[in-house]
Amino acid sequence: MPVRPIDPSVLRVDDGGGVSLLGGWSPTSGLRHFPRSPVCPFTGADDVEPIDLPHTGTVWLHTTVTVAPPGYSGPVPYGIGIVELDGTPRLRIVARLSGPGVGPGVPVSLTGEELPGPDGEPALTWAFHT
Amino acid sequence: MSSVRITGVGLHPFGRFEGMTGTTMGVVAVRAALDEAGIGVDAVQAAYCGTAYGGIASGHRVLGSLAGTGIPIYDVEAGCASGGAALQLAAASISSGQHDRVLVFGVEKMPKGIIRSSFFAPWQEAAGLTPAPAYFALRAQRLLMDTGLTVDHLARVVVKNRSHGIANPDAMYRKAVTAKEVLASRMICPPLTLFMLCSPNEGAAAVVLERDGKGVSVAGISLRSHLPGNVLGEDSPLSGIDDGAITPPTTLAAHDAYAQAALGPGDVDVVECQDTDAARELLGWAELGLCTPGEQAAILADGSALVGGGRPINPSGGLLSKGEPLGASALGQIVELVRQLRGTAGARQVEGARVGLAHVIGRGANACVTVLVQ
Repeated sequence: MPVRPIDPSVLRVDDGGGVSLLGGWSPTSGLRHFPRSPVCPFTGADDVEPIDLPHTGTVWLHTTVTVAPPGYSGPVPYGIGIVELDGTPRLRIVARLSGPGVGPGVPVSLTGEELPGPDGEPALTWAFHT
Repeated sequence: MSSVRITGVGLHPFGRFEGMTGTTMGVVAVRAALDEAGIGVDAVQAAYCGTAYGGIASGHRVLGSLAGTGIPIYDVEAGCASGGAALQLAAASISSGQHDRVLVFGVEKMPKGIIRSSFFAPWQEAAGLTPAPAYFALRAQRLLMDTGLTVDHLARVVVKNRSHGIANPDAMYRKAVTAKEVLASRMICPPLTLFMLCSPNEGAAAVVLERDGKGVSVAGISLRSHLPGNVLGEDSPLSGIDDGAITPPTTLAAHDAYAQAALGPGDVDVVECQDTDAARELLGWAELGLCTPGEQAAILADGSALVGGGRPINPSGGLLSKGEPLGASALGQIVELVRQLRGTAGARQVEGARVGLAHVIGRGANACVTVLVQ
């Protein structure tokens, strides 16, 4: 049985364990956003439709967290950064990053990463891997 | 705004004070400010208290300790800009005619380590998506990518501010550091090392404002929040669309404050600006109009941002020397600038300073810019 998503409003876990990011798209603004919101967070348009965001993108910025922040009980160090998702118009999202050679300009793909959830039990979050 | 005068300032040093409550520190700062203004607490018509972690009715606790309750007491939270927001509301209460004499203070007693913020949902913390130094680091990387600035420039900001902090008896760190030491300190989130990040800590600061009194004038003050869309904004969104054409809140606030004061960046003699991390200070210089993007390298090279240079920046030592008690940090800047403009800043005095600018930015994202004139 697949591990539950860390938050079902931002991430869907398929039967096979694959993950998808749950975004929104507004025909009026023509913009995608994440996490999905009832209203386009960039323009205020209220005609948001649900979309699954692309599973591929390119790293824009990358750093490494070497000290565990409060409320986090997963392993350190870990990569974090901003991925520019494929497709238009531009959408950049914050994500955990992993894999050899990870850094700006490197293509990455969405993957699930198991971590302790807020209650300490296993949960899947998203990461982008080279 | 020119009718708003600062007639008294007070400070409890910034640092770590085991066994001392935020309320006690607030009392120290408030009493010092009232003494300077030559008034008792009974002369204050309203009070505004900035705090982020102080809890419910922090301002009431401080004034309760001084038998100063009964007046309106407003507790104001705006992240790192909490003290600036309190000052803006207080100044507006005078300029609007509502009050003639008010008290503004900030108190904070922060936990050690990476700041925990209820801004984030528990699942975001569990996913590791909340550490502030990581967001600072990503913004720093963008700065370096876009401007040609390097980690050596980040180190030089720390060297500058720590050299200023030596002369500030109220600072937490009063020891000079070299660029080599900054770069060799523990890596927290590349490119930011431990010495490039300020320490959350404890402290209090207070200011008395009066209408048409004698003293430094609050010539302009503005609090602004972020516009939507920038994934690198201090509001730490999980997504963004673009950032090139989105005016940052610091620039929005600076534009307002300059306009109110009928002054521009070229008129400013001394600056206290947010240096949560070394890159944040360099971003601030450009966002405040003190230089163009990339020009920071030349300013660091020619020493003009040092005390004794053409326009010193963070003569107090900044947050990198003082540490950051969130609710008190903005008012700590105001205390520093008032002393600079009065000519009483001692060994770190900026000679001939007439116009000072204070800048804070933080969670929300809120930015506050204040222009003070002697």
